[in-house]
Amino acid sequence: MAGYIVRRLLQAIPVLLGTTFLIYFMVFAMPGDPIVGLFGDKTPPPQVLERIRAQYNLDQPFIVQYFIFLGGIFTGNLGTSFSGQPVSEILAATFPVTLRLAVLAVFFEMVAGITVGLVAGLRKGGIFDASALVVSLILISLPIFVIAFVAQFVFGIQLGWFRTTVGTGAPIQDLILPALVLATISFAQISRLTRASVIDTDGQDFVRTAASKGLSRSRIVPVHILRNSLIPVVTYLAVDFGVLMVGATVTEGIFNVPGVGRTLYQAIIRGEGPTVVSFVTVMVLIYLIINLLVDLLYAVLDPRIRYAK
Amino acid sequence: MSVELNGTDVDTTTSTGEAERPLLQIKDLKVAFRTQTGDVTAVDGVDITLYRGQSLAIVGESGSGKSTTAHAIINLLPGSGRITGGQILLDGEDLAKASKKDMESIRGRKIGFVPQDPMSNLNPVWSIGFQVEEAIRANGIASGRKEVKQRAIEVLKQAGLQDADRRLKQFPHQFSGGMRQRVLIGMGLAADPQLLIADEPTSALDVTVQRVILDHLESLTRELGTTLLFITHDLGLAAERAEQLVVMYKGKVVESGPSREILQNPQHPYTQRLVAAAPSLASRRIQATGSIHAAEQAIAADAATAAGDELDLIATAEARAAALEAAASAPPAIVVENLTKVFKIRGSGDFKAVDDVSFQIAKGTTTALVGESGSGKSTVAKMLLKLEDSTSGRILVGGQDLASLTGPELFKLRSRMQPVFQDPYGSLNPLRNIGNTIGEPLFTHKVGDRRSRRERVYELLDQVALPRTLIGRYPNELSGGQRQRIAIARALALKPEIVVLDEAVSALDVLVQAQILRLLADLQSELGLTYLFITHDLAVVRVIADNVCVMQKGRIVEAATTDEVFDNPKEQYTQDLLAAIPGANIELGA
Repeated sequence: MAGYIVRRLLQAIPVLLGTTFLIYFMVFAMPGDPIVGLFGDKTPPPQVLERIRAQYNLDQPFIVQYFIFLGGIFTGNLGTSFSGQPVSEILAATFPVTLRLAVLAVFFEMVAGITVGLVAGLRKGGIFDASALVVSLILISLPIFVIAFVAQFVFGIQLGWFRTTVGTGAPIQDLILPALVLATISFAQISRLTRASVIDTDGQDFVRTAASKGLSRSRIVPVHILRNSLIPVVTYLAVDFGVLMVGATVTEGIFNVPGVGRTLYQAIIRGEGPTVVSFVTVMVLIYLIINLLVDLLYAVLDPRIRYAK
Repeated sequence: MSVELNGTDVDTTTSTGEAERPLLQIKDLKVAFRTQTGDVTAVDGVDITLYRGQSLAIVGESGSGKSTTAHAIINLLPGSGRITGGQILLDGEDLAKASKKDMESIRGRKIGFVPQDPMSNLNPVWSIGFQVEEAIRANGIASGRKEVKQRAIEVLKQAGLQDADRRLKQFPHQFSGGMRQRVLIGMGLAADPQLLIADEPTSALDVTVQRVILDHLESLTRELGTTLLFITHDLGLAAERAEQLVVMYKGKVVESGPSREILQNPQHPYTQRLVAAAPSLASRRIQATGSIHAAEQAIAADAATAAGDELDLIATAEARAAALEAAASAPPAIVVENLTKVFKIRGSGDFKAVDDVSFQIAKGTTTALVGESGSGKSTVAKMLLKLEDSTSGRILVGGQDLASLTGPELFKLRSRMQPVFQDPYGSLNPLRNIGNTIGEPLFTHKVGDRRSRRERVYELLDQVALPRTLIGRYPNELSGGQRQRIAIARALALKPEIVVLDEAVSALDVLVQAQILRLLADLQSELGLTYLFITHDLAVVRVIADNVCVMQKGRIVEAATTDEVFDNPKEQYTQDLLAAIPGANIELGA
């Protein structure tokens, strides 16, 4: 097991190098001079430009810049943004917000998706099943910004239950609405997945055998049907959590959430190389770790899966 | 509970008044499944009476309604199935009218159930201990963590798992098939039920394991005084294990009575066919009929005028013997020398699946490779077909060394050597129609044009005795036997010399099995085919093979002619295998 984890972490190294190189190159190749852009309408004196360029190593050739950046990562120095704030500070400010948002969203979609999927699966072809399908299809076909604006209008303005945008410090009660909006998309997927999985498990021989042992339906459903059905669902949830952790740009933008997605978007617009690359590096890392955790979780859920030593 | 043991004379009423009333009485049971086109009746007026301490077997082929009857008794019919009429009286109580709640308390407690497939009937994500303890707790046999665990160990030990206390925490995938079946038997008997329903409890197991499990089940139910209702497709097995026999066909009981009586003197035509077809009861190799072989034809014509069927058989047997002799002098079709296959297993070193195996197959004859699962027989077949590379050793096909063949030569060889696999459901592509399936080898090897290929497909359909109209149909519209005929037709498309049959009849019902075996024998004498027949079923070997190689743990332990192996087995292992054939020692009257 430990050997397996080490091997997976070693595999992450080339992935990290590859992605950072790609991102770094793309930011480098973006048209326009970011330094000139900083001065807006004014034309800066050439010496000032030179000095700022030298400060950010922008006068060096691309490959040298990349290695300076890499060296920085390994020594814990992620560089500074154009506003002079260290990138590590920006990371520390935004990731916790996105983490809270992602946890809330996954919680909502899990509870709603699994409940609806289980009931629909156990009563296949019934009224509940049919209406769940219709609702899922509607939610899947709506773009997320439409859901977001409707939610803002109905729950924020009309009913006044939530604030329409997230206040400073991103308190939990402000994050509930954007989390619900994020959850609607995956809710449809999870309820469909759970339903299919439950129907599949319900037809398995061991479920009939459980009944033949004299177990009541109220025990068979959670212990023998739900537990087995959850394996693919949990995997999906974990991957979804990874996706949410690397930022939900649109939703964070609409609700003004000071999270990863919005900050990254702004950094890209401004052409802030160090910020973009650092963010992406951290995102790739999180994604890799979550994927590893999913695989380990899989082995916990399904005893047949054992990773070689 | 003290039930008197009465081994043989079950029909005589015992002195206690309780025993006079049957434990289980099924009266005019009807079960139907709802489909889009209306109700389909699966069980149509079945009557079964089973007294305490008796054992009764329901025999029939797939689709006869035997399993449906069993599931109706415990009210666990799959899908849209439901009881549409009749009574199921357990100790006088009608189970067909019992409420959900009542059924829950009857299942496990009064009726134990041992399901068919040990691989799919244990939940893979819970430990064995958990699943046994759950059954014990549900039936109120014991309470309290320690007591339940104690009882679980007891139950498993009783079922023949001696190291139960050590293995409680293990999961089903860490158990072999036989061990799992013991667990299922243990669970079925956990609450000491009066009636145990065993639905094909050993069909998925090797014969020797099968025998051990059945012996154990028999002594256990006798010890506990459990009444046994046994469901099987194997007539020999049923006759050997049950006192009473009920033969079902298309949802109806066609014959019932004491086992041996039925076997020795079957009344109903269906039972007669079933008895005649059961390979475990047959004793001679099938001789080709309707052969176009010149010599045989002459002899047959002679014989037909003279003395009829019996002499005909003797004559064809003589012709076959002559043909065998001729084949022995010709160069062998297949030579396997010192063949070895080693699989590397991560973490635990090497595994020798095939160990120094050598044999020869003469042209136009059949050699059977027999062994239990894991004996390496299928790996040999794969290496012969070059679907798997050998670690060492040689395989010569028609004098050519397989290892020396590359690209185009290998491609050519494939047209001379064709496989038929076990599962007629898995080996046909469901999205291609029959014509395309049979014609595909012709297309791949660029034989002829569209029209001649179509002609050839018709010819092949004739050869395997299927109507030409099947050409546009799809596999899901056909029965298992028809599918296997299609697979054989596909294998014959390129006019191969060698056909490798990997468990080609194992998935089929006895009557269908007999038809396919006869077809194979006919095709062999007609086309001069050489067969390598891989099977776990010695009973089938007897009727199809000329020579037998018995494999155990990757090695050939015994190789001889079929008659020699059956009449005079030298190795202990072969003797065990032979003894394990169910019903082998039952004398047939007919």
